[in-house]
Amino acid sequence: MSDLAWLRAPPPDFRVRVNALKKADGGAEAGLELLRLAAYRLDENQLAKLASVAKAISGKAPQFTPVKVALIGDGTLSLVAPAIEGSGVRHGVLIDVVLGGYNSVVQESFDETSAVHAAKPDLVVLATDCRILGLSRAAASREAANDLVDAAFTRTRMIVERMGKSARGGVIVQTVPPPADPLFGSFDRVEPTSPFAMTEAFNAKLRQWALSGGIVIADIARLAASIGYERWDDPRHWHASKLPFSPDFTPAYADVIARLVGALRGKARKVLVLDLDNTLWGGVIGDDGLEGIALGQGSATGEAFLAIQNFALDLRQRGIVLAVCSKNEDATARQPFREHPEMALKEAHIAAFQANWTDKAANLRTIAETLNLGLDSLVFVDDNPAEREQVRRELPMVAVPELPDDPAYFPRYLAAAGYFEAVAFSAEDRARAELYQTNAARAELMSSSSDMDSYLRSLDMHCRIGPVSSVNRARVAQLINKSNQYNLTTRRYTEAEVAEMETRPDKLMLQARLEDRFGDNGIISIVIVDTKGREWDIDTWLMSCRVLGRRVENAVLNTIAGYARSHGATALTGSYIPSAKNQMVRDHYEKLSFTLTETSESGAARWRLDLSQYEGPDLPMRIEADLAEVEEV
Amino acid sequence: MSSQDGILERVGEIMADTFDLDDFKATRETTANDVEEWDSLSHVRLIVAIERAFKIKFSNAEIERLRNVGGLVDAIASKTGQTA
Repeated sequence: MSDLAWLRAPPPDFRVRVNALKKADGGAEAGLELLRLAAYRLDENQLAKLASVAKAISGKAPQFTPVKVALIGDGTLSLVAPAIEGSGVRHGVLIDVVLGGYNSVVQESFDETSAVHAAKPDLVVLATDCRILGLSRAAASREAANDLVDAAFTRTRMIVERMGKSARGGVIVQTVPPPADPLFGSFDRVEPTSPFAMTEAFNAKLRQWALSGGIVIADIARLAASIGYERWDDPRHWHASKLPFSPDFTPAYADVIARLVGALRGKARKVLVLDLDNTLWGGVIGDDGLEGIALGQGSATGEAFLAIQNFALDLRQRGIVLAVCSKNEDATARQPFREHPEMALKEAHIAAFQANWTDKAANLRTIAETLNLGLDSLVFVDDNPAEREQVRRELPMVAVPELPDDPAYFPRYLAAAGYFEAVAFSAEDRARAELYQTNAARAELMSSSSDMDSYLRSLDMHCRIGPVSSVNRARVAQLINKSNQYNLTTRRYTEAEVAEMETRPDKLMLQARLEDRFGDNGIISIVIVDTKGREWDIDTWLMSCRVLGRRVENAVLNTIAGYARSHGATALTGSYIPSAKNQMVRDHYEKLSFTLTETSESGAARWRLDLSQYEGPDLPMRIEADLAEVEEV
Repeated sequence: MSSQDGILERVGEIMADTFDLDDFKATRETTANDVEEWDSLSHVRLIVAIERAFKIKFSNAEIERLRNVGGLVDAIASKTGQTA
């Protein structure tokens, strides 16, 4: 998939459209056109062109998150820099690359006045090369091989630690592709002094480091392997211009970096929406009937469709929510799920099922609303090019991969596109898809309860509020970066920043979990409070929409208020900063009995709660606050 | 139009794209000195784009011998078997 085959070839008028966008005033429509243009299979020049326009209208396209990235490392990186910026548009981020000087990564990382430090980047991407790391030539002895690998790792570690001082959002380090040409042959993998074995040993150290949360890995070694080491490595370009890899793969490389940056900013997709006929089975269920569709063991076509279903199930297993969007009668569409013995996917795996004759864009909107997620979290898979086109035109924020004619390759296209890129994986992720089903069950219970309060009491809720620590930090950072709707200030902090705040005496950071009779919702709310002085200010308050209307916000406030009072605070203050997505919390503080103290033209508001007057309401849940581990203020 | 003219026209388009120039006309005599955006780095991008468009590969020695757009057009013509 080195050619980004899941994207369409750019149109002949690409340049004209990009130039037209440059003259536009920005705004939401310009942002949508930017998304449409980014969804083409652009070469490095087109990506650079797109990047220049994206920069020109940045700040006016509200759906993108700006991220400043310092790109440092070995060899000539100036070719990939604009390509990374252009690819960022595809992944919801407006990346501004600050490029380190040629071959001066060590000096620049140590010199705190250097351009890459001075730029105060949000993130650093460290792109090292086995030739500069000293791993491309065989070592003289096993001991020497060990020393070489250690030296390469120490160098990397020093650079990361130094750069970490300026880039609080963390460092992305790429794994190093081994040299393409074998020295011994197959024995390279066995012999520790071979360049192949040394680069593998180096990459293993990076993996350990990433596992402990020190860095985020961009697995460029795997990208090179997928493409083929011999195609990846082009000695001609290394000799001429010190390009670390063949420029043919600049767009593929840039997309891998950009999707990681996007994932770190919470832009990874969350939902896989599947068409049915000729996408999940061969044939048309309405015409061919249960016996007529191709699915399951026994035929090559049937096995291909089964493999697609199994791939969807694997994604669900790692927390991707599945949905169905099909032009069919509802009962007909559900029949294979209920009656076909070879169906791997069952109705219970599908969180939203839309089968009707309305157009697909409208149905995708309904799915997003049902799941309480943005349209930009959806990936839509459909074998029909006309349906794909309609959705792309109307909803450019939905990712719609191109598919080949042969269904055997559907999973490969979907996997290579990297829509569901993750930088961490927690138990909650594993359980997330399940949660969307239990939410449906809760909705059913609500319709049978006579009033809201008795419904809530019948849920048997248990809210546990505690500090943030290494145990839950990854999930907390994930929520901070992903929550858009129930989020008062939409301030994003990376895992590294969260870790730093845990140790600060002037910060109170809380996470809340909610269990009920249907299961554990996991961590669903996070609050960060500045505890300087006697009026404590709420920096961040966010909540997962899956527990909307369960009065968790009251439980959290009761806990904070009690804690603040016992530590001598007299009032709590908080802000509402409007974003494109958080209207639902405009009245959050008002509902919690705060008083409005300030409003600005942008719609931002400041609120204050006098703690001497505050009396927490009685709540339909058990609340257990464990704040012993939070440092005394 | 000779095949060389056709190649020249296509090279001109690729140069406009690579150097991000909206009004650009290449002649056989055009050199890097005539185009502000044509530096050593964009030269690499130009060669990559040319190789991709014409499905050919140059050796470094061939690239080092190039002096102007005319030389580039001749090299493309010879590699694609279109020598006039």
